Amino acid sequence: MKFSLMVNEGPYNHQASDTAYNFAKAVLEGGHEIFRVFFYHDGVNNGTRLTTPPQDDRNIVERWSAMAAEHEVDLVICVAAAQRRGIADEDESRRNGKDADNIAPGFRISGLGQLIEAGIQSDRLVEFGD
Amino acid sequence: MSETKKMLYINRNAPYGTIYALEGLEVVLIGAAFEQDVSMAFIGDGVYQILKGQDTSDSDMKNFSPTYNALGDYEVTKLYVEQESLDERGLTVDDLMPLVYEDEDDDWAEKPSIVVLSRTELAGVMAGQDVLFNF
Amino acid sequence: MLHTVNKSPYRSDSLKLCMAYMQSGDMVLLIEDGVYAAMKGGSSEALVSGSSAKVYALGPDLKARGIGSDKLIDGIEVVGFDGFVNLAAENDKVQSWL
Repeated sequence: MKFSLMVNEGPYNHQASDTAYNFAKAVLEGGHEIFRVFFYHDGVNNGTRLTTPPQDDRNIVERWSAMAAEHEVDLVICVAAAQRRGIADEDESRRNGKDADNIAPGFRISGLGQLIEAGIQSDRLVEFGD
Repeated sequence: MSETKKMLYINRNAPYGTIYALEGLEVVLIGAAFEQDVSMAFIGDGVYQILKGQDTSDSDMKNFSPTYNALGDYEVTKLYVEQESLDERGLTVDDLMPLVYEDEDDDWAEKPSIVVLSRTELAGVMAGQDVLFNF
Repeated sequence: MLHTVNKSPYRSDSLKLCMAYMQSGDMVLLIEDGVYAAMKGGSSEALVSGSSAKVYALGPDLKARGIGSDKLIDGIEVVGFDGFVNLAAENDKVQSWL
């Protein structure tokens, strides 16, 4: 079965990203497919590689990146939500005249259409948020 | 993508206090281009999103309430408002913006988009959907 | 339909609304702070015990919050993330009462 996930909250502030990650892991372990994970609202903050959690805590961003690398999970950050919150890849940074980018490996920035498409193409859409 | 799905955008947050209403509305507008069978539900504090008379001129925030008027042009014409949520908040449909759409199957007659449904009726609408988005 | 509730019933109306929207055959899964609704003896207990829907609670979230099985309302079934995925798969859609 094809799943898509929507993550609406940033890491650490809310458990939503943890729950989504553990759900995604169980989806893959259960032999299902993940069509896409879409990060919206403050959820876009899951995609900054500048996150530096304390040594004794989980690294939520790296965990997502590792999942993308290992299982080719499509991690999409909403461009409009990302611009508001200062999450940028090289292209976005240049286009908006910024001096840096901060997107983490495995994430890509794209439009809201990717969320609608996930809703259409997937058998199940599961939302995680506040 | 020939498949048409029934999608319901469920709004349970008031505007301004958090960004969920504004960014939820952005999803609805983008989603309109996909020509799915879409509708919106306003439940709980979500009904405050379409309250008349919003004016952010003294708070320096973006007043996005006029955007709800454009929904009809995007062919988002089914806006379900939960009766119990209105009652609990001391509101009636007259307190809400008079949102309308032009019905192309009826000589472009202007018709109200807002449909007030009881919780039981709305639960039935929800059960009949393929995809649910919550904002 | 699978309903998920992630808020404490003492902070939010999510569980109350969720239960009011319950249709025959629907299921509820309590996750994150929603698992506090799985504890017996609280004023929200009737919302869970009075529902005809099957109610599940996410084990890792119960455990993290110190909610042992002896504290659970009768009839609640504890599942792991694999169970969460199975519930999402066996129901036609998921409604997250955020």
